[in-house]
Amino acid sequence: MNNRAVHCTVNGIDRAFLIDIRSSLSDMLRGKAGLDSIKHGCDVGECGACTVLINGKPFNSCIYLAIWAEGKTIVTLEGLSTTKGAISDIQQAFIDEGAVQCGFCTPGFIMASIPIIESDTPATRDEIKRQIAGNLCRCTGYEHIVNAIQKTQEKRIAERSAQ
Amino acid sequence: MYNFKTLYEPTSVGEALELKARHPEALFLAGGSDILIKIREGKLDGVDVINIYMLEDLRGVCLEDDGTILIRPLTSFTDLALHPVIKEHLPVLGEAVNTIGGPQVRNIGTIGGNICNGVPSADSATTLKAYDAVLEIVSSEGTRTLPYAEFNLGPGKVALQPTELLAGIRIPKESYANTAGHYIKYSMRKAMDIATLGCSVNVKLDKSKKTLEQLRIAFGVAAPIPIRSPNAEALVKGKKITEELIDQIGEAVLVDVKPRSSWRASKEFRLQLIGEMARRATREAILKAGGIINE
Repeated sequence: MNNRAVHCTVNGIDRAFLIDIRSSLSDMLRGKAGLDSIKHGCDVGECGACTVLINGKPFNSCIYLAIWAEGKTIVTLEGLSTTKGAISDIQQAFIDEGAVQCGFCTPGFIMASIPIIESDTPATRDEIKRQIAGNLCRCTGYEHIVNAIQKTQEKRIAERSAQ
Repeated sequence: MYNFKTLYEPTSVGEALELKARHPEALFLAGGSDILIKIREGKLDGVDVINIYMLEDLRGVCLEDDGTILIRPLTSFTDLALHPVIKEHLPVLGEAVNTIGGPQVRNIGTIGGNICNGVPSADSATTLKAYDAVLEIVSSEGTRTLPYAEFNLGPGKVALQPTELLAGIRIPKESYANTAGHYIKYSMRKAMDIATLGCSVNVKLDKSKKTLEQLRIAFGVAAPIPIRSPNAEALVKGKKITEELIDQIGEAVLVDVKPRSSWRASKEFRLQLIGEMARRATREAILKAGGIINE
């Protein structure tokens, strides 16, 4: 009685999930879709480890009802890879800059950084810090994460202007 | 999994109000960044919720024919801060809600939820109070308007009947025209934190930009509810803008506040903040209005 089919686009594919209406979006994407990049960190919207893009904007999927996803377009970290096994530039930048230690917070940080790296307006380090203020990392001290985002942003802006 | 009992899913505002009339104990669920967390913490176990998050009629900002700014309650903090009407006519409200949480929280949290929770720290509350906002409150019986000044009854208590819903927040043109405002939030961290104290000031200057025609000043967490300072507001009318006057404002506000000690800050520290933030926010508002501080 409390089950429902939710239809949404996940990482470019139209999907339908049969869910309990009490589920969070993180329950649905991790449990039903097997998208393990979504971490149940704090489960109360403090840590950002469950961040996904909903219609292009970052949300904490742990405090978002799965039923609200009906008709929405959702992107998770898994959706950033261009072809099977090939990671995206922002993921590579996190590796190159040493922005990953234990890795638990990394998918959330990368998803929170997407609006910055897709913007044509260069963000300052302070603006980048503001954009990732909803994500917690207990390992890196954040500086390398800001470096990775800043370098990817610069690279993308240069690529776009070269076209 | 959220442990709520019944989830009602109205498809229109009318249906939502009928459901609320039949189930007055059920909670309206907007963005959920407070309610879902309370459910998760077990504080609202087994609660019935009416999901209004999908009701688009309750979302958005517009300018009405007479110039009144109308903000629908489900407008997210992000959408509010980016809205052209707010940027042009009431930028201080956008600046205030930009201090809430982090980007993810500002995408889901709503201004209606912020003020209906009735907490004294709500970042949007002080600016709405300082601009004499008027609320549109609806139920299956009809519509009423209520000055926002009369909305907060106590910590977490607001003047909504169990069958009622906040449907709109209005700021009349005569309230915002020719004003400039400034909001200061004092908190331990720069993001993801609740205000230890909030102060929203707006001013109207005379043509010479040397005299204060009007000052409105509101505080959050300076009393059990967000409050204004009538004492400071009465003091400045028609006065020349001087550093001395700004100091007097910082003193005058202390008459109207009743801060308490909590784990965030002591009463004494809050009193210090109130005086200092009143001075700083007033000075900034005057400068934003193009004012000249006389020697």
